[in-house]
Amino acid sequence: MKPNDDQTGPLTGPIVDMTAPRAESAPRASGPITEQIRIRLKTPSKLRNLELALLVLAVAVSGGAIALVQLGALEALDSTVITYAAGLAALVLGVHIVLRVVAPDADPFILPIITTLNGLGIAMIYRLDIAKGFEGWESVGVRQMAWSALAMAVAVAVLIVVRNHRVLARYRYVALLVGIGLLLMPLVPGLGQTINGARVWIAVGPFSFQPGELGKIALAIFFAGYLMTARDSLSIVGSKVLGMRLPRARDLGPLLVAWAAAMAVLVFQRDLGTALLYFGLFLVMLYLATGRLSWILLGLGLFVGGALIARDALGYVQGRFNAWLDSFNPEVYDAIGGSYQLVQGLFGLADGGLIGTGLGRGRPELVPLAESDYIVTSLGEELGLVGLFAILALYVLLVARAYRIGFSGTDDFGRMLAVGLGFLIALQVFVVIGGVTRVIPLTGLTTPFLAAGGSSLMANWIIAALLLRLSDSVRHQPRLVVDDRE
Amino acid sequence: MNKELRRISVATLAMFLALFVSISVIQVFAVDELRADGRNVRTLYASYSAERGPILVDGQEIAASVPSDNEFRFLRQYLQPELYSAVTGYFTLNQGSAGIEEAYNDFLSGTANEQFLDQLSALVTGQSPRGAAVELTIDPVVQQAAFDAMAGQSGSVVAIDPSTGEILALVSTPGYDPNRLSAHSTASVIDAYNSLITDPARPLNNRAIAGDLYFPGSVFKVLVAAAAIDSGEFTPESEFPNPPQLQLPLSSNVINNAEGGTCGGTETATLATSLRLSCNIPFAQLALELGQDELADYAEAFGFGQEIEIPMSATPSRYPSNLDDAQLMLTGFGQYDVRVTPLQIAMISAAIANGGDLMQPTLLDRIIAPDLSTVLESEPEVRAEPISASTARTLTRMLVDGVSNGVASNAAIDGIEVAGKTGTAENGPDRPYTLWFTGFAPADDPQVAIAVVVENGGGQGQNAFGNQVAAPIARQVMEAVLNR
Repeated sequence: MKPNDDQTGPLTGPIVDMTAPRAESAPRASGPITEQIRIRLKTPSKLRNLELALLVLAVAVSGGAIALVQLGALEALDSTVITYAAGLAALVLGVHIVLRVVAPDADPFILPIITTLNGLGIAMIYRLDIAKGFEGWESVGVRQMAWSALAMAVAVAVLIVVRNHRVLARYRYVALLVGIGLLLMPLVPGLGQTINGARVWIAVGPFSFQPGELGKIALAIFFAGYLMTARDSLSIVGSKVLGMRLPRARDLGPLLVAWAAAMAVLVFQRDLGTALLYFGLFLVMLYLATGRLSWILLGLGLFVGGALIARDALGYVQGRFNAWLDSFNPEVYDAIGGSYQLVQGLFGLADGGLIGTGLGRGRPELVPLAESDYIVTSLGEELGLVGLFAILALYVLLVARAYRIGFSGTDDFGRMLAVGLGFLIALQVFVVIGGVTRVIPLTGLTTPFLAAGGSSLMANWIIAALLLRLSDSVRHQPRLVVDDRE
Repeated sequence: MNKELRRISVATLAMFLALFVSISVIQVFAVDELRADGRNVRTLYASYSAERGPILVDGQEIAASVPSDNEFRFLRQYLQPELYSAVTGYFTLNQGSAGIEEAYNDFLSGTANEQFLDQLSALVTGQSPRGAAVELTIDPVVQQAAFDAMAGQSGSVVAIDPSTGEILALVSTPGYDPNRLSAHSTASVIDAYNSLITDPARPLNNRAIAGDLYFPGSVFKVLVAAAAIDSGEFTPESEFPNPPQLQLPLSSNVINNAEGGTCGGTETATLATSLRLSCNIPFAQLALELGQDELADYAEAFGFGQEIEIPMSATPSRYPSNLDDAQLMLTGFGQYDVRVTPLQIAMISAAIANGGDLMQPTLLDRIIAPDLSTVLESEPEVRAEPISASTARTLTRMLVDGVSNGVASNAAIDGIEVAGKTGTAENGPDRPYTLWFTGFAPADDPQVAIAVVVENGGGQGQNAFGNQVAAPIARQVMEAVLNR
């Protein structure tokens, strides 16, 4: 740990200190905005040029996937390919140009990676539209495209509004309230909606939305802000039990609150995945802040204990466990809420095998929810093991970029937020793909950037925007250590 | 904080590693099992949307996939459906399949492991997947002759090339039309299936290999005689008491010879005479002297009690166990609880014809990939050596006598030495006989071994013998082979 990293003091100081050098190294707000943009575009950053080159590749991969879908499923090409590919290209180019202006030193890999994932998702959703005969606004692919546009617009707004991520730390308790509010919103009578057994949706007019997706970001901000100030006291160890130093009893409060919240989600919203996601996020950030493994073990113990009690008390959790452990048992297979979907997904994956059936040539539509919860089996069926490995590698790369900010960041809040957001993506990928491949019981989470669904897409693009902002400020810092890139 | 972050990175990597492993397990190691699951409709759709390979007989298609305009892209068609129904079996949309269609489904549908490279190159070149062709050993002329000879009878003919095990004809009558089962409308397929399965003539039963097992009656005496001579304890000249009637030990049952009276009119009968004239009472005593263990061992050596795959599984024939003396004596002429398939009986003749070596019977000649390369080729294989060459020679002489000078006279072919044995099995009081013939020709250089079975006494109840009904059918089939 670098000596100047250790900033656990009050916030006001560092924020003023840190923003000052930035204004020197990159003069901004000096003159009209058009002038500023002109300067940016005239003196392109090396990083942004790399990003542009990778974006061309990402759009080519996505456009190629859509073209292959058409050739595979329709055996002809029509203008839809151009509409989708050009639309995607225009959108990410917009994000790219904004980055050149507002975050020129942001990580160049994040945007191409999520563009590829988003584009592959659209290609697969469009492929399922063809199989199901959906057209126009009925088509999930068109709506996904529209949601992507909206999500990117929101991401751009986040990048423009949040010029300095440390400001977020100041609003940590607001973030807590917003997070909890979003989390509980589906429980409000009249607003909340139960879809597929989980009460995690709200309906406004014709739209339904999963507020919890946005809630997880607010909670990540809160955890980072809170732990930044509380890490010292939480690090103090209490008595030693069984060779392990336990935290002090009086510091157990936050852990118990987080655990109680996760159990509430489990019981009232009937959503094992979301509960696991929030609690996992909290534990990892707690460990990052305090370095006490005992927190993790204690927390995991509580969660597993709670989940086991829930398994016996709640029918749906028990059903999920049975479907996981005994998927091929005909009784479990035929039961309502049983393993039918899981097993059909496995059949799809098996049909894909090593190299897949080829885009448009499989039958992913046989699996219920093939475009959202089960998009991974759809992709696995048509792209095979090779394709899924490539997609997983993209996620690994994305998470690695986030952790990199955690390694090289200069302020605790930023570092913890970056790691927290990166871990959110990693954990969500693990819970979803682990669920459909029987590593863990199946839960109803969406695959980040791939799955159909507006709330998930928007939340993940906001995470991406925050990571871009964080990575930009890392590079803007004056350094004691010479950065290997500069 | 960096130490913690490094640990978190390792944990995150472990999470992804678990996903890489689980995906590999599903998409590589568990693929066969998942594809074979009955609930996996993808396998079915795939088998119908790929061009299924044809089934060939002497280079001609007897089953082929023809393009169809609906979602399944191809329709399975059978040419000469009833003639080959016992061989091809049927291929339905989702009601299962049978025969060669089932046994070589992997190859016909192009999903066999041996065809992996073809699948890969089809993927790269963008060709539609195609299955391999299965070429059978059936000789269309012999098959047609057997089918024609069986006209109007229900039963079966199995003809084997004794030196290779290649099956030249496999007929089960009445046949059925598998085209009715390969239609794309599930409702009409189920209707057709129900009407076939409830048909009192039971056309779906493959009588050659997997119908109800038959009592062999006197054709079983060939096996008993083979056991007796091969054991070294008996010769064709061994003599047995030959009374007109024999009361079974510890039983009130009395057995007779088929024609009544003494068999051949002498007080004792040699083994050769008993086989030639098909005498029951000497064989009953022979069985008692040989003992059930000896008989069971020989039966097993000829294939009884074993899985026989041609590649369709034949129902194992059986020689009963735990017999008392009376029951043992009844098995000596193929009654009590001896049960056989026609394939098994043909295998007994084939082993004798091939100097005591029993060749593995098979329908497969070779499997040919769409690019005309050979994926799999059947090689002649000795399945067992139930009897010695000298026993085989001795038996051949005895069986030739049975045709030229005995009760199997209707199998005789001018200018050719035919070895053979008839059988007339009882199925119980008032029930029609099962009529048999088995044998081979020419006796000095066998080209065909055959078993013929005709159910329901050939339509004459208890009035017909094997020699009247089954032997002429066998003669026509053997002539078809010899005239090739």
